[in-house]
Amino acid sequence: MAADGTLAVTTAAGAGSGRATSLQRFARRRSTIAFLMTLPLLVVVVGLVGYPAAYGIYLSTLNRRMTAFMEGDWLPTGLGNFEILFGSDTFWMVVWQSCIFAISAVLLKALIGFWLAHMLHHIPTKGQRKWRGMLLVPWVIPPALSTLGWWWMFDPSYSSINWILNIFAVPSVPWLGEPWWARASVIIVNVWYGAPFFMIMYLAALKSVPEQLYEAAAIDGATSWQRLRYVTLPMMANIISITVLFSLIVTFANYDIVRVLTNGGPRDLTHVFASYAFQVGILSSNIPRGAAVSLFMFPILAVCAFFVLRGVTRRNKEQM
Amino acid sequence: MSATAASRDVPGIYHKAGSLRAERRWAMWTAYASLIFAAIIFLAPPFYMLLTSFKTNAEIADHSLNPWLIRSPTFEHYAAILGNPIFIRFFINSVIVTGCVVVLTMVISVLAAFALARMRFWGSQVLATGVFLTYLVPDTLLFIPLYQIVGGLGLLNSVWGLVLVYPTLTVPFCTWIMIGYFASIPKELDEAALIDGANWMQMLMKIFVPVAMPGIIAATIFAFTVSWAAFVYPTAFVTTAEEMPLTIGVVSQLVRGDTFAWGQIMAGALMAALPPVIIYAFLMDYYIAGLTAGATKG
Repeated sequence: MAADGTLAVTTAAGAGSGRATSLQRFARRRSTIAFLMTLPLLVVVVGLVGYPAAYGIYLSTLNRRMTAFMEGDWLPTGLGNFEILFGSDTFWMVVWQSCIFAISAVLLKALIGFWLAHMLHHIPTKGQRKWRGMLLVPWVIPPALSTLGWWWMFDPSYSSINWILNIFAVPSVPWLGEPWWARASVIIVNVWYGAPFFMIMYLAALKSVPEQLYEAAAIDGATSWQRLRYVTLPMMANIISITVLFSLIVTFANYDIVRVLTNGGPRDLTHVFASYAFQVGILSSNIPRGAAVSLFMFPILAVCAFFVLRGVTRRNKEQM
Repeated sequence: MSATAASRDVPGIYHKAGSLRAERRWAMWTAYASLIFAAIIFLAPPFYMLLTSFKTNAEIADHSLNPWLIRSPTFEHYAAILGNPIFIRFFINSVIVTGCVVVLTMVISVLAAFALARMRFWGSQVLATGVFLTYLVPDTLLFIPLYQIVGGLGLLNSVWGLVLVYPTLTVPFCTWIMIGYFASIPKELDEAALIDGANWMQMLMKIFVPVAMPGIIAATIFAFTVSWAAFVYPTAFVTTAEEMPLTIGVVSQLVRGDTFAWGQIMAGALMAALPPVIIYAFLMDYYIAGLTAGATKG
């Protein structure tokens, strides 16, 4: 950096006050430019993420004014929204459903993604591109739209999945009618949508494991299970944890699949935090309580974000 | 390679596990069987959507027929959807919003990433971390306060409200991967530029942007797909059909009434999904680079 520093002084001549030495002037000038360049980013980060987040916390402490809630004239009630939510059965159902949904969907996505990445890694390199291209299609279609297709496949009277099940003498499944089946349907669609992402991430990680390690393991007489357990998994541990935590955040905060597929039904049993917050906050126009509901996502997201960041930093250090 | 050579020379070692070639062939069979199975499951929903969109209403409604086959293909649903002015309106809205957001995002993130990657200044490290954390904040956490803010600005039910909030979805990630790409450019290049008397802006436009072109393409694709597929914000902020982008438009306006026009819904959904799919088909490598860059670069 010293080289470009001294050289840039000549081009930067003329700017700044007379008191500062040319080096200080240069530093000031460079940081001014840098500040101007990052200003739009700062506006987005502070104005559109930081401020709304803080504003959301403030909103959640407010009371619902039945009239003119758009006027911004609120009666403060402290933590009233949270008390009401803690006392509501529907809310606890939402908490459970969110946890069941996020944890099982992420586990399935990770397992399927890992399995597929492994299989993809085994076939000749020439064919991998073609298969990878096909298997990533669910991730490419906007989920709100592909979920429409699933909704049609789950249709109570025209379900094409039931038609296939009936061929194998399996009775028709009430996909979106029964609570547990509806939960399973939401999870199935989410896994279908998200597994390709895991596959791609794990495939990239698999490719970055040095071939010599496998050769060394083979020479030592390792079985394929031992190669997986003692070479592949330790080498991929970091990327696996980053992907799982990241997906946990996204899945926990998922909205579109639930909205299109079940819209929270039957009987509010498939609501997750996001769809419930939407229902309470926007559709029933109780903005403060909706904000309070969505704030419940924050603790788990913060924990995940902390570990993702740690994983990413560690990974960067490894690569340096 | 050395593993196979070793097994050929000393076959005795591998006796217990069976011959290596048999094991490998078995592994290959499992691999292809799993991939075929996965491909069938993964492609079945879009395939079925395509099938439905080509069926006549009578065929869709007939319980006695195999739903996975098609007898008399028709383009009537596509003709109907393309002749529907509101669908065209959705499409135009999506194009406006996505176009503006992609341009905004790339300008913001390329400038910021350049400053953060090359011009160390007070707080730059904190800001880079902050950008990554922002990326991890999901839209569903912010949409209610943003609803109030956008409403306060009088931009509810307007595509410009969406142009305002979509950057929260795209800018953090694009900045993050651009920092990674810019940081991987060798310092010698900037030094050469400085010796030639380039200023920072010239350095960015003449060296960093061309050299990091793959990264810029990947980030642009990401910004495009994310803003095309965005669902939470338009669902919350737009309720008048004329201002809706495609995702919520297809979901809320085509799906109404008691008898669903399934053929038209599927045709509309497929047409709406077409732009990202086309981009993916032609720029798959960049798409995947952008996808994996978040964790492997930066």
